[in-house]
Amino acid sequence: MSSTATHGTDTLRVGDREYQAVIGLEVHAQLLTRSKMFCGCSAAYVGAPPNSNTCPVCLGLPGTLPVINRQAVEYTVRTAVALNCEIPEFTKFDRKNYFYPDLPKGYQISQYDLPLSRQGWLQFHVDGEQRRCGVTRVHLEEDTGTMYHAGDVLQSATSSLVDCNRCGVPLMEIVGEPDLRTPEEAREYLIWLRRVLMYIGVNDGNLEQGSFRCDANVSIRPRGSDQLGVKVEIKNMNSFRAVHHALGYEIERQRQVLEQGGALLQETRGWVETQQATVSQRSKEYAHDYRYFPEPDLPPLQLEAALVERIRGELPELPDARAARLRRQHGLGDYDAGLLTATREEADTYESLVATGVGAKLAANWMLGEVARLANEHRLPLQQSGLGVVGLAALLRLLEAGTISGSVAKELLAELYRDGGDPAALVEQRGLGQVSDAGALSSLVDEAIAQGSKAVADFRAGKEAALQSLVGYVMKQTRGRADAQLVNRLLRERLGG
Amino acid sequence: MSFTGGTVAASAAALRDGGVSPQELLTEARAQVERVDAEVGAVLTPTWELAERQAADAQRRLREDPGAASPLCGVPVALKDVLCLEGVACTAGSRILEGFHPPYTGTAVQRLLDAGAVVIGKTNCDEFAMGSSTENSAYRPVRNPWDRSRVPGGSSGGSAAAVAAGMVPYSLGTDTGGSIRQPAALCGVVGFKPTYGRVSRYGLIAFASSLDQIGPFAHTVEDCALVYSAIAGHDPRDSTSSPTAVEDPMEALRAGIAGMRLGVPHEYFGEGLEPGVRLAVEEALRVLEGMGATLDEVSLPSTGAALSTYYIIAPAECSSNLARYDGIRFGMRKEHDALLQMYLDTRGSGFGAEVKRRIMLGTYALSSGYYDAYYRKAQKVRTVIAEEFAAAFERVDALVCATSPTVAFPLAAREDPLSMYLCDVLTLPVNLAGLPGVSLPCGMADGLPVGLQVIAPRFQDARALRVAHAYEQATGWHRTRSPLVAAAAA
Amino acid sequence: MPLTPEDIAHVAMLARLGLSDEERSRYGAQLDAVLEHMTRLNDVDTSPVGETAQVGELVNVWREDISQPSLSVERALANAPAREGDFFRVGAIQE
Repeated sequence: MSSTATHGTDTLRVGDREYQAVIGLEVHAQLLTRSKMFCGCSAAYVGAPPNSNTCPVCLGLPGTLPVINRQAVEYTVRTAVALNCEIPEFTKFDRKNYFYPDLPKGYQISQYDLPLSRQGWLQFHVDGEQRRCGVTRVHLEEDTGTMYHAGDVLQSATSSLVDCNRCGVPLMEIVGEPDLRTPEEAREYLIWLRRVLMYIGVNDGNLEQGSFRCDANVSIRPRGSDQLGVKVEIKNMNSFRAVHHALGYEIERQRQVLEQGGALLQETRGWVETQQATVSQRSKEYAHDYRYFPEPDLPPLQLEAALVERIRGELPELPDARAARLRRQHGLGDYDAGLLTATREEADTYESLVATGVGAKLAANWMLGEVARLANEHRLPLQQSGLGVVGLAALLRLLEAGTISGSVAKELLAELYRDGGDPAALVEQRGLGQVSDAGALSSLVDEAIAQGSKAVADFRAGKEAALQSLVGYVMKQTRGRADAQLVNRLLRERLGG
Repeated sequence: MSFTGGTVAASAAALRDGGVSPQELLTEARAQVERVDAEVGAVLTPTWELAERQAADAQRRLREDPGAASPLCGVPVALKDVLCLEGVACTAGSRILEGFHPPYTGTAVQRLLDAGAVVIGKTNCDEFAMGSSTENSAYRPVRNPWDRSRVPGGSSGGSAAAVAAGMVPYSLGTDTGGSIRQPAALCGVVGFKPTYGRVSRYGLIAFASSLDQIGPFAHTVEDCALVYSAIAGHDPRDSTSSPTAVEDPMEALRAGIAGMRLGVPHEYFGEGLEPGVRLAVEEALRVLEGMGATLDEVSLPSTGAALSTYYIIAPAECSSNLARYDGIRFGMRKEHDALLQMYLDTRGSGFGAEVKRRIMLGTYALSSGYYDAYYRKAQKVRTVIAEEFAAAFERVDALVCATSPTVAFPLAAREDPLSMYLCDVLTLPVNLAGLPGVSLPCGMADGLPVGLQVIAPRFQDARALRVAHAYEQATGWHRTRSPLVAAAAA
Repeated sequence: MPLTPEDIAHVAMLARLGLSDEERSRYGAQLDAVLEHMTRLNDVDTSPVGETAQVGELVNVWREDISQPSLSVERALANAPAREGDFFRVGAIQE
């Protein structure tokens, strides 16, 4: 299924002809299982000392055999269901044969012609518009080891070191249809795909550590043509920004080659962050012939409808649907709903907050504003902070009731986030209650006017902003406890504005 | 009393009635190895120290509770050098695994160890189990105990010869296209290949994953049945191992064969059979008939294509299974500055000619453009072959025929690979269909042993052993021993 | 269809087997003979059947997602022909 809307930005010109870019993304996502795909070693290898997380099976020692991790199969089915894929009754593993030091057996157990699922799609948004990108297939395989090259540059390294800790970690390959047309679309597709995988709990979305990896196939063709141009594979994009820049660079590179009358090579190019360019990975003299054949050590899988239905039933509400529901139920805007559903934890927190009775818009503003800032500063999500959802709810209810002012709430939030405590008790103990009695504020309002003659004059001259300093005076005198809105109203009444 | 050339059953009885101790059995085994193995070449890596410890342990167990101890407790055994035993050198008969010491023990071997077995060493074999004469061992050939100018058969030649030469009463071998049955026939011992999936392959250095099985050599069918019982059964580490319960063969053994219908496959009695082999096997058929079984001719029409099928599938799987031998994590390595050169030189010089040929053949069969014509076609023919056996088994209970078309041939007699492959025409279809097959002695031809093969349907291992046992007990072939055993007694 | 020297060289490279010229020509001839024999496969009518990738009838053989202890680094590296620190070392990959 291709994008339905066209975008101004996906128009290229080669000479005086209009061209379009065609992008297909291939994502490899490590699964959050406890153990590896075919053996019992831990799948949590990050930070483990080199070669401390291996066994005879994942080291590919003679005489060893693989055994399928059932949870990895379930996670892949879960992903396939979330991506609207068809799941066949039979699926099997195949051997992909090639030589590389990070591949101990000299073959990777993967899936070739009968993958676990095909023909799905992912709905996502670009600039507020809905898009759909087809998913060609989702299949299951094992990850390879990691290597370190002397001098960090593979092409010139005189030696390399192999760490087999990662060998055999379950890996899901998600191949997208070449339905994407711009680097923006590609980035958004990835962001949404990552969000879905994290929502359903199969992947932790860590691009830096490589648990979520992306390669792209890029070509350009005359607009209106249904033939694909020469396809170039782009690798080594380690962030969403890198994806965006790499694709932009590559599309322009291809355009220039064609404009200068040159021919494009079907090749693999790596994104080099320091050069902000894609660089050809020297093509090998010998092409890869993977000689796929069915894995004789593993019987096929028969995925029954009952299993698939159970997994479908266990799926959490997906991000898109959840954002839509929040917009509907709580009258939130697209932007806010999107941010609040960026992760499942965030959305859960928001909805718990609203469930305690806090107003939806207020809760949204505070979560996306002060709470987000504090979470970032302390590197601690709300649920693990001193305050927690319950504490925040209590604090916001005090605000809503007018018991405290906005600025007091802000200060308390910062303190409670760090140190914990009972908001209501603190307000009581420290006498932080908001002063909302017009009578009590009256004299201070007079004082403010008396000492702020310039501001008064400016205000009366039409400068609305000048009122702030008078409000500020009263707030200062009351140590932030005055009801700012009331002060504002009183000042305007006195000044006749 | 000498136990050299004796049976497991006899040793087990003597171990319990005070006739012998595990240490004494071990001493005798060692004496025989030292006496004859310089000529035979069966043992690649002796494990005497380990065996001493195991004999002492077995002794303790037999004292504490002889009734509970397995019949294999305290009895010496030799293991084909494709079976991993932790800490003991495992070469697969190849230079490329020189120095490799597995950090783990395979399941079948572990089950023997758990039963109290005393392992005297790892036996010589064709490199990576590829061959029919053990001449492909990178270390040295093995010589047939009956005539040392001749081959013992292969690929489990060392394990077969170790039993035939009286070094051990039983041994473990492996069979992918006939590598237990054919050497058993050529060495005049019993060799049993269980149903595919009956014995775990975890710990077996893989040659062809969909064909390999581990099985015993011994002097009697009963001994083979004992060993089979100890090693068979589901293993969660091998996804191809069958979860179905193992039928106890010992009970079935005594049932006799009166009334059984035995099939004689027409295509297995073709012109390739040596006259002496044909005579011995036909005589065996008459004996079986005389015991009350009915003989019926059956046809397995695709037998002629079985060799081609096997020699596409097995090399294809082995080309992939042997890719891990790359000099990086274990084994031999020819060092070079460049990785590619290291790969080429390590594998080029670490593997022998037959292994390289099969890797080439398998790589070719799987390569782009040839997969459909060779591999896919071969897998389909395999289905036809399996279905032909199944159809035959609707009419008969078991099949009987020769194991090998010839008796043991002289060393260096078959240098042309294709002529060597023909040794297995009667055995490899059984692997293709995953059936159980046993070979046992049924006579001599020109002073050399002839083997009778019994084939049963999948999971009817007990039935194959039953037919074999009945024949054996009605004749005396299981009492003959090679000259090397007689030499011990002298 | 006989194998050309290019075919042999290509297959040997795919399998990372370093062969001498003599080996290449010897194996080439031997493989040709074996492949000749393979034409017997075409004698069998396989149109009604599927492929037997697996002899058994097993499906869905898998294990629960439980993590087990790994080998110690020393045991994992014990057989390494070339080691640098706790890594397996290889020469220049020169992609």
